[in-house]
Amino acid sequence: MATKQSCLAANEWICGEYVRSRSQELIDATVQHVWITVASVLIGLVVAFPLALLARRYKHVAGPLLGLTTLLYSIPSLAMFSLLVPWMGLSASVVITGLVLYSLTVLVRNLMAGLESVPEEAREAARGMGYGPARLLFGVELPLAVPALMAGIRIATVSTIAMTTVGGIVGYGGLGNLILEGMDTLFKAQVLSASVLCVALAVVADVALLGLQRLLTPWERAQKRAKTRRWGGGLGRRTAKAGA
Amino acid sequence: MGAIADAWSWLTDGSNWSGAEGIGVRLGEHLWLTAVALVITALIALPVALWLGHIGKGGALAINISNVGRAVPTLAVLGLLLLTPLGKQGNWPTIIALVLFAVPPLLTNAYVGVREADRDVVEAARGMGMSPWQLLTRVEVPLASPLIMTGIRSAAVQIVATATLAAFAGGGGLGRIITHGFATSRTPEVVGGALLVAALALVVEAVLVLGQRLLDPLRKRRPDPAEPRDAAVVKVPA
Repeated sequence: MATKQSCLAANEWICGEYVRSRSQELIDATVQHVWITVASVLIGLVVAFPLALLARRYKHVAGPLLGLTTLLYSIPSLAMFSLLVPWMGLSASVVITGLVLYSLTVLVRNLMAGLESVPEEAREAARGMGYGPARLLFGVELPLAVPALMAGIRIATVSTIAMTTVGGIVGYGGLGNLILEGMDTLFKAQVLSASVLCVALAVVADVALLGLQRLLTPWERAQKRAKTRRWGGGLGRRTAKAGA
Repeated sequence: MGAIADAWSWLTDGSNWSGAEGIGVRLGEHLWLTAVALVITALIALPVALWLGHIGKGGALAINISNVGRAVPTLAVLGLLLLTPLGKQGNWPTIIALVLFAVPPLLTNAYVGVREADRDVVEAARGMGMSPWQLLTRVEVPLASPLIMTGIRSAAVQIVATATLAAFAGGGGLGRIITHGFATSRTPEVVGGALLVAALALVVEAVLVLGQRLLDPLRKRRPDPAEPRDAAVVKVPA
């Protein structure tokens, strides 16, 4: 018991006693971190979708829209959150609104790239089969845009997880709250544990989204398998030739 | 809109600009930190990126370092550095954190730039008997200059943003105005500080975009100034 208490008292970096005694605090912070991230990326998607469609429909909107989202991206997060405080108070909305604005840069760009990558033949075929504009969009174009879109969602999610920490300035930073508190009190175990959890969260989210992308686009894997088979056959022939 | 008006009157009050903790001193600290960190970043990232790009190896490292940079919170690195023995060395924990987050965008962009320099031109130069050093300095670097400049721009904007967070680690810079405003519940100071930080970030970005246009050695010969390749490398706000 004495040794266990000493790692807290000695302010060591790695402290099992800290993780055990503050497990509820760590869980609460992680839960807050996750819901702020999920809310930000989901709202970001909901906002990015009509913007990308608008930019596709009206070409002259695309340039200024991408320019504006890139401009927002240059504003440091601490300033972004601070600018929203007078309107929203010290609330989670401040953090989520800021993170939504950042996520738009990647999401709008990738959604547009995804929709542009849809082959014209696929569109023609769908129209020929009597698909209306809505069914064409949701039944053909969006599914084909999934790889580019998911790449954008992964980038947005990972960077949102990292940036959520700065929300600690208004008390809604998830694990960032613990990092800031630990910095104020020079509490090593708290800063290290919260930081490690934060990076772990980003890695887990990235892997999970990659898995989701595989599930959503089974045809990509089928294509890759077909390619490997062809490539494998080619290799086989070459080896045979080399052998001869 | 009252908040903006309050922030404006705070910003235009001359007494807030002077003094040891005034805007003038904080702005100076911010610019100084940015300049020092940018120089160190360039000294580290450019030689590595140009060399890796020249020999055509280490691509996975150069690309993945940006992904890692994205996943690690700036605040975590600042917090960890603050609590190491380095934390007591004045501005050093801040400068190290700034450099750590500015190296990935510069390294990745410069590497991609050299790597994607037109292979035909590079081969032709080699055929003309250029030494590897001449090849790098006279062909590859000029061809890569738009992406190198993009990398420097991303790194600089990243540094300006990260330097704001240095306030949490007791460092100087404009972030201190914001954190001080929060600590004392003075909203005009918070908003005024945030406006200064945002303005500084945008000015730095604009100046470097302009510099990029003026300094591009091939600007008159490049057919498409739009540079769609810019979009390939996404930077991270801090």
